[in-house]
Amino acid sequence: MKQVKTLNGKVLTKSVAGGGCGECQTSCQSACKTSCTVANQKCENIK
Amino acid sequence: MVHCFTWEGTHIVVDVYSGAVHIMEPAAYALTEYYAAHGWEDTPPQETVLAELNAFAPQDLAQAYEELKELVEQGLLFTPDAYAEIAKNYHNQPVVKALCIHIAHDCNLRCAYCFADEGAFGGTRELMPEEVGKAAIDFVIARSGNRRNIEIDFFGGEPLMNFDVVKSTVAYARSREQETGKRFRFTITTNGMLLTDDIMEYINENMVNVVLSIDGRKEVNDRVRCRVDGSGSYDKIVPKFQKLAESRGQDNYYVRGTFTRHNLDFAQDVLHLADLGFKQTSVEPVVAPFDVDYALQYEDIPKIYEQYDILAKEYIRRRKEGKGFNFFHFMVDLDQGPCVYKRLSGCGSGSEYLAVAPNGDIYPCHQFVGNEEFRMGNVLKQEEPFRRDISETFASCNVYSKPACRDCWAKFYCSGGCPANAQQFNGDLNKPYDLGCELQRKRIECAIAIKAALAEEEE
Ligand code: SF4
Ligand code: SF4
Repeated sequence: MKQVKTLNGKVLTKSVAGGGCGECQTSCQSACKTSCTVANQKCENIK
Repeated sequence: MVHCFTWEGTHIVVDVYSGAVHIMEPAAYALTEYYAAHGWEDTPPQETVLAELNAFAPQDLAQAYEELKELVEQGLLFTPDAYAEIAKNYHNQPVVKALCIHIAHDCNLRCAYCFADEGAFGGTRELMPEEVGKAAIDFVIARSGNRRNIEIDFFGGEPLMNFDVVKSTVAYARSREQETGKRFRFTITTNGMLLTDDIMEYINENMVNVVLSIDGRKEVNDRVRCRVDGSGSYDKIVPKFQKLAESRGQDNYYVRGTFTRHNLDFAQDVLHLADLGFKQTSVEPVVAPFDVDYALQYEDIPKIYEQYDILAKEYIRRRKEGKGFNFFHFMVDLDQGPCVYKRLSGCGSGSEYLAVAPNGDIYPCHQFVGNEEFRMGNVLKQEEPFRRDISETFASCNVYSKPACRDCWAKFYCSGGCPANAQQFNGDLNKPYDLGCELQRKRIECAIAIKAALAEEEE
């Protein structure tokens, strides 16, 4: 039986190349606004 | 760095620096934990390893090793940290890309936990004059550099108490889009009390997102979110929110609430919102000094974790039945998501993101409004020096400048927490509010576990 199932690839490693264009949304992580946790944000360059 | 955790019997390994996530059988999981503690070895498990992991069949361990080895070679496991240098050299451009406009420092509710001092922000009740709204737009255009997208959030207090100025500010911004090549995106937060059909229509036409404040079950909501006369707001706002959510196609909005020590069983509040038909929900832990009665305490952590687990299980169940909804903190994009640069420092307060008070004063973010020490300038007084030093201090914060984050497995999901909370609790922008971190990590575990559970289902 296969011991490991990989859910996703090396997303972070690959994302370095783009250099960070800065067009993405700002995120607020506090408890008073709802744009927190960056991991669910979208990159503006992926449509 | 790896993070190993087990959720409902599923063994999950997060490879922090590549972003890869693996689901493992017990032997592979145990072996991964072993190497995480002792360091990776380029030779198959020797006697000592086999002896320590003698609960597993040697052939399972041998196979697991081969699979792990392949992952290591592919850069998907025990990936070394390649970002510390990037973080050191990476300095956010001094470009403002988002403003929080405090259109009204007044409120028609008296929510007990309001960080904004029930709309007054420690000062007097005040509505933003039209010319301040316009000056804020001029200010952000002037400071946004080459950036095309500019976000404007109308915040309060209760923004609908000064809705004419919301409209005039939007109109003014739109009128400057062409000439400046900028594109404005507006959002608004409201408690719903003053929502009318006309306002809903306006919001649907002009706002890319709207945040609707409600805490959940009626008794929970009305205990805290009450009117000036002490009566609750639930009955008045629910039908309006339902209508608005439907009219937006159940997308591009959030019903958002806060849970406190008074409703530690908050999973029920989230599910209540889902039962009301809302597809986009968010309920977040209150942030309050430890000495107030509704503040969360360390001893509440096990109860809160249990609630996140209950919620995650129900979340998966409803998804599988085709009755799913979104809970903001459980949404994580494992395949894509933002780039490393974004993940190094999440919120952008003080540099990319600023807040403007009704009188035009500029602060690092909405949480700092009214805190004189952090006043950075005023949009009406262009001649006054802008406190670039404050901006620099905020811009230099990232997950590598914060010792706690540097060692934290969740850093590329969380991006370093809320600097305002860090300042409030520890007097140091680089020292995150630890109780918040404990909850953040739990939520991220749940979010990843949900992905794993739904991926298993797809097979
Ligand atoms: S400092 Fe905190 S409240 Fe302010 S924008 Fe950042 S995450 Fe949000
Ligand atoms: S959870 Fe806390 S320690 Fe971890 S990255 Fe977020 S703020 Fe930093």
